Amino acid sequence: MAEFLQFVFSGLTVGAIYALVAIGFTLIYNASDVVNFAQGEFVMLGGLITVFLGYAGVPLLLASVFAIFATSAVGFALYYFAIRTARGANAVSLIIITIGASIFLRGAAEIIFDKRFHSLPPVFDSAPIRIGGAAILPQSLVVLAGAVIIVMLLWVFIGRTLFGKAVIATSANRVAAQLVGIDTRVIVGACFALSAAIGAIAGILVTPITLASYNAGTLLALKGFAAVMLGGIGSGMGAMVGGILLGLLEAFAAGYVSARYKDAVAFLVILAILFAMPEGLFGKAKVERV
Amino acid sequence: MSLIPLAAIIAVLPLLFPSAYYYRVAALVFIFAIASLGLNLLMGFAGQVSLGHAGFMGVGAYAVSIGPSHLGIPSLFSFVLGATVSALVAFIVGRLVLRLKGHYLAIATLGFGLLLAIVFANEATWTGGPDGMTVPRFTMLNWPIRGAETWYWISAVSFLLGAVLAFNLIDSPTGRALRAIHDSEIAARVLGVDVAQKKLTIFVVSAVYASVAGSYLAALNGHITPDVSGFLRSIELVTMVVLGGMGSIAGSLVGSALIVILPQALTFFHDYEHVALGLIAMSVMIFLPGGIVPSLAVAIGGGRRK
Repeated sequence: MAEFLQFVFSGLTVGAIYALVAIGFTLIYNASDVVNFAQGEFVMLGGLITVFLGYAGVPLLLASVFAIFATSAVGFALYYFAIRTARGANAVSLIIITIGASIFLRGAAEIIFDKRFHSLPPVFDSAPIRIGGAAILPQSLVVLAGAVIIVMLLWVFIGRTLFGKAVIATSANRVAAQLVGIDTRVIVGACFALSAAIGAIAGILVTPITLASYNAGTLLALKGFAAVMLGGIGSGMGAMVGGILLGLLEAFAAGYVSARYKDAVAFLVILAILFAMPEGLFGKAKVERV
Repeated sequence: MSLIPLAAIIAVLPLLFPSAYYYRVAALVFIFAIASLGLNLLMGFAGQVSLGHAGFMGVGAYAVSIGPSHLGIPSLFSFVLGATVSALVAFIVGRLVLRLKGHYLAIATLGFGLLLAIVFANEATWTGGPDGMTVPRFTMLNWPIRGAETWYWISAVSFLLGAVLAFNLIDSPTGRALRAIHDSEIAARVLGVDVAQKKLTIFVVSAVYASVAGSYLAALNGHITPDVSGFLRSIELVTMVVLGGMGSIAGSLVGSALIVILPQALTFFHDYEHVALGLIAMSVMIFLPGGIVPSLAVAIGGGRRK
């Protein structure tokens, strides 16, 4: 039982991070139909920028805020210089562009920072909390709380502000949104920046637990995407639930099956979902128009 | 067609090589050209993207390493066995993933490539784990192949053969069906094309090309690590295809040549390899979506083609 509980705790912690990556994906996908393969790099950038500003003597809170803004700027630049310029490109071209961006950011991080693993001190420096024989790190609770707060803020922002309504309008029908006077380029650009900011926050929160390194982004992107598919592409709620479920599945696979092959779980989930229920848990079935 | 001048270039090129190092670089160019030619058949002609093609290179590479060293299978036979296993894996995986489209397919193939790299890194008793393993000398019917010069000839001639095959494939009913699928899958289906079967065929063919290239690469380098099938390698292959030009056989060679030679020629490229790779992939798709060779052909041919 204690073992089971331990797997649940570790699954929830990584699951919260997958959920944040998945929400970043969903935000960009809904606004622009682009699947952003560089989403994992946002997480990596958030963690590493904070770490290196910390090394330079900047207080960590300030460093985190700067890292979030810097990463959003990268997200916006990705939209402004690459996606917007390639307007009208087909799906394969857009995939190659965001993959290129992902490799570019990873290479840049390798040069600007280094190839080693880095850590941050946890927010609360106390002993693991023991519940029913299992231990949970205080930082895991911080990650979970952070994920919940971000999702709630995002929900309020999208549902209750004029800007959020413009985002919904843009994702529902871009041409119609333009016709009622919404500058969809601003909306899509803002969604890229916001999505990058969410990724950066996820990166900062999780660095004390999983460490940050320049090449962490690819696997995170794959897992975030698996979470999206699990929850149903385009659904915010689905991204959240999908992320947590994937985290749990991975933790159980690592615990009961094989720790070395836990990274394979995401891929198997993608395959299983694609064949069993392509629309995911919360997605709507898509009718293809000819 | 354009293969006779290419054969002439292959024959004459070594006269310009001042040292064995040039043979090595040229051999690498042709090896990657074989893999990107295969991927180009899939991406350029059938319009299906694969972000995990280096996985098949890994199968070919580990086949010529594990076969002779662990199983006592002669190199040449291991090489054929590797290609067969790649074809079989492609057949099984392809049946599962090829019904997906666009980014679903991209993610599924990306995951497949990562999965193979994880297997190669974890099964250390067979593969030496993350540190890799030494590849036994490649022997062809008791003739041990030595030196970059021999590999230059082998890889160049193999590329030529691969190109002949590709040209024939494109001109066959299968090739026409594939181009129809590229333009509109539904229209192709309405015309009676067995879309799933044709896609699977080309996926298997392209996997065999990658496997052959992987075996040559392992034999040329004498040492392999799981990186041979890594994500970056897959993206390198995709970049070669789009840089040279999707749907252009000569483009595969040009794209591979640029991506292989640039880091060797310019130290700037060597230090900033990934940054450069990412920038090239992005800029080509944004500014030159057709790729180098087709764009040049249009520029030179003027109004000859539409």
